[in-house]
Amino acid sequence: MNAARTLHLDRNFLNRYGILIALVALAGVLSVTTDSFATASNLTNVARQVSINGILAVGVTFVLLTGGVDLSLGSVVALSGVVCALYAHPGEYPLAVPLSMGLITGALCGLLNGVLVTRGGIAPFIVTLGMMTMARGLALIFSGGKPVADMTPALTNLAGDWGPLPIPVLCFAFVALLAWLFLGRFRLGRHLYAVGGNEQAARAAGVSVTKVKLFAYGICGLLTGLAGVVLAARITTGQPNAGQAYELDAIAAVVIGGTSLSGGVGSIRGTILGVLLIGIINNGLDLQGVSSYYQAVIKGLIIVGAVWLDRRQSRS
Amino acid sequence: MLRACQLTKTFGGLSVLQEVSIDFHPGEVHALMGENGAGKSTLMKMLAGLYQPDAGIIEWRGQSVRFASPNAALSQGIAMVHQELLPIPDLNVAENLLLGMEPVNALGWVDRAELHTQARKWLKELNTDLDTSLPMRSLSVAQMQVVEIAKALARQADVILMDEPTAALSDHEVSALFKAITTLRQRGVAVVYTTHKMDEVFRLADRISVLRDGQLVCTKAAIEFTPTSLIAHMVGRELSQVFPPVTSTPGEVVLAVEQLTCAPAYRNISFTLRRGEVLGLAGLMGAGRTEVVSALYGLQPADSGTIRLHGKPLVLTSPADGLAAGIGMITEDRKGSGIIPAMSVQHNLTLSALRQYCRGAVIDTSAEKAVTQQATADFAIKASGPTQVINELSGGNQQKVLLARALLATPEVLILDEPTRGIDIGAKAEIYALIGRLSAQGTAVLLVSSELPEILSLTHRILVLRQGEHSAELDPRQTNQEEILRHAMPQ
Repeated sequence: MNAARTLHLDRNFLNRYGILIALVALAGVLSVTTDSFATASNLTNVARQVSINGILAVGVTFVLLTGGVDLSLGSVVALSGVVCALYAHPGEYPLAVPLSMGLITGALCGLLNGVLVTRGGIAPFIVTLGMMTMARGLALIFSGGKPVADMTPALTNLAGDWGPLPIPVLCFAFVALLAWLFLGRFRLGRHLYAVGGNEQAARAAGVSVTKVKLFAYGICGLLTGLAGVVLAARITTGQPNAGQAYELDAIAAVVIGGTSLSGGVGSIRGTILGVLLIGIINNGLDLQGVSSYYQAVIKGLIIVGAVWLDRRQSRS
Repeated sequence: MLRACQLTKTFGGLSVLQEVSIDFHPGEVHALMGENGAGKSTLMKMLAGLYQPDAGIIEWRGQSVRFASPNAALSQGIAMVHQELLPIPDLNVAENLLLGMEPVNALGWVDRAELHTQARKWLKELNTDLDTSLPMRSLSVAQMQVVEIAKALARQADVILMDEPTAALSDHEVSALFKAITTLRQRGVAVVYTTHKMDEVFRLADRISVLRDGQLVCTKAAIEFTPTSLIAHMVGRELSQVFPPVTSTPGEVVLAVEQLTCAPAYRNISFTLRRGEVLGLAGLMGAGRTEVVSALYGLQPADSGTIRLHGKPLVLTSPADGLAAGIGMITEDRKGSGIIPAMSVQHNLTLSALRQYCRGAVIDTSAEKAVTQQATADFAIKASGPTQVINELSGGNQQKVLLARALLATPEVLILDEPTRGIDIGAKAEIYALIGRLSAQGTAVLLVSSELPEILSLTHRILVLRQGEHSAELDPRQTNQEEILRHAMPQ
């Protein structure tokens, strides 16, 4: 009886802190085995590298929580970046215009996904697969197939620093904080979990499933637009071919963070840890001089392994 | 033949079964009785290889065995027919029945003619004549159950475990199932069976084992029990009065339904519901009872007809509309459209009335916690705390959470669709008492139930539906089960 209780606590402990432990252990190993990991410049660099994936992962957490999926992230990143760059030529518009055009583009793509999923009754996988192709096509059309260069420094400075901190990292932190508060403390956040946990029951309890899903896809789109703007600022162009397969890294981070693909279970805290874990693994492998071919294999194994461990724990 | 020796199981620090030992014999129907949470399902699942015992052993034909999975148990001849059936809906009856053991020809292709011949043979064994080419999704729950039993037979099962096989069946479907069980007994199969329905146990069981709070109370021949003594063993006390007397007097008309139609489910349904009244809605499965009450809550809007609340017409297109108008509902499918399984007790409880515990759009967590503690005490919900995941609660306690959820919104009209299905007798008594209290306080209650004693004892008036049409309105004090059934049976 007593032994069983201890075991149960351990399991809970692992469930809650498993990724955190992995993260700390990994950081510890890297600090000891490399000279460069535990330096301020490297850590800032890691944070900067993960910020775009982080913003995307937070957005797609909303969608995954409702039991949906969004495969169009990468293409919408490119489209929003291109639209933003088109309005960002020096001396044409004030900074607010390219910024909001990028965000609006993302939000509209997300809302369209949401409308097709809810009103159209089409599976999210199919809807967002379509959007993935469509947004990429639009990015190529709007840019004429060429990178949109000549962006105002006012915008590209957004990839720079604010004091000691990189602005993209601040964006990620701000977005994550808002999302965390929202999911934990807002009525609509609660409804998101309810819809993902059991859609029929949520409807029967008076929750507007359509509204909740539209919101989730819309927020995901808006944050994808933000990621597109940040990326355009960083590479100082609107690249129609940017963002390839970004959705996979974002979804992988969310799933490593313990969010269930069938919906209803998950947290922003987990997503942040998942994003950091992927980022540190990438950075560690870079520092160890592992070729990017092997990196891809290792990353794939870690994604599957993390989810396997998670399932094993939750089953037992 | 099959023997449980000192079986013990603990879940999350909570002991659900303690040193239970029972023998099961061939050709015998053995009923496991007990309230929800007594450990019946857990015991069955251990015998079927779904759970592993923490302590104790399972003896099978004199040898100690350990079933790592349901398949391991099945290969030894122990099959389980689940409470929630798991057929593959788009395959036909024969394909489901012989899944994984399809007859094949020399090329390894499935021999379709032989498949259907074999499937028909097994169904014949159970005196059933079912078209084996029908897709599984077109069958009734009772028919699916018969297919599941035939499936177990086809796998040469010597023991068939059935977890509440009749919970979702109407009376005439139950008798078809009983015929099948009688056939199994004659073939020398050991049948282990759980149910909450008293009359069934005495019609069917040879021996009865009573479990209470994870412990075996006794195992005796069925004839040594009376219904009263059985209940007393189950709850550990005498339940002299399960049904409280109907005390409230109906007031003015609250809800008026006129010519409500939604073809083909129901046509031209009209009735009124008064303040403080309990109106019973009786009928067989498929009579349209659930569909009618779902329309009154906005869950499945009707095609035509009017619904008036205090004389004002209502447009109900979603449950949110129903709730806003002051109508609450407990749906019949607790798992499918009631609980959010992965959410906590607290979050499930406040889901419908969450707005009351918010400042603007932000949840006031301390107010939410306070109301949860209040409701947990008021409704005697047994949970380890407000953060316990609702899926870990027994069916009766889940139902009490759902009732509390509906009542937090203080509805004027409360619709209860099979509120006591699959829950233990103690929780049933609490829900009956609650219905009495609510109507005394002026809530108008619409009660749908397939258990006629409930309808007869709790209501002021009974409405009988037959194949989607209003067939009779009866006074519970001047009618009986036979008369209700006569109006409910298709002609």
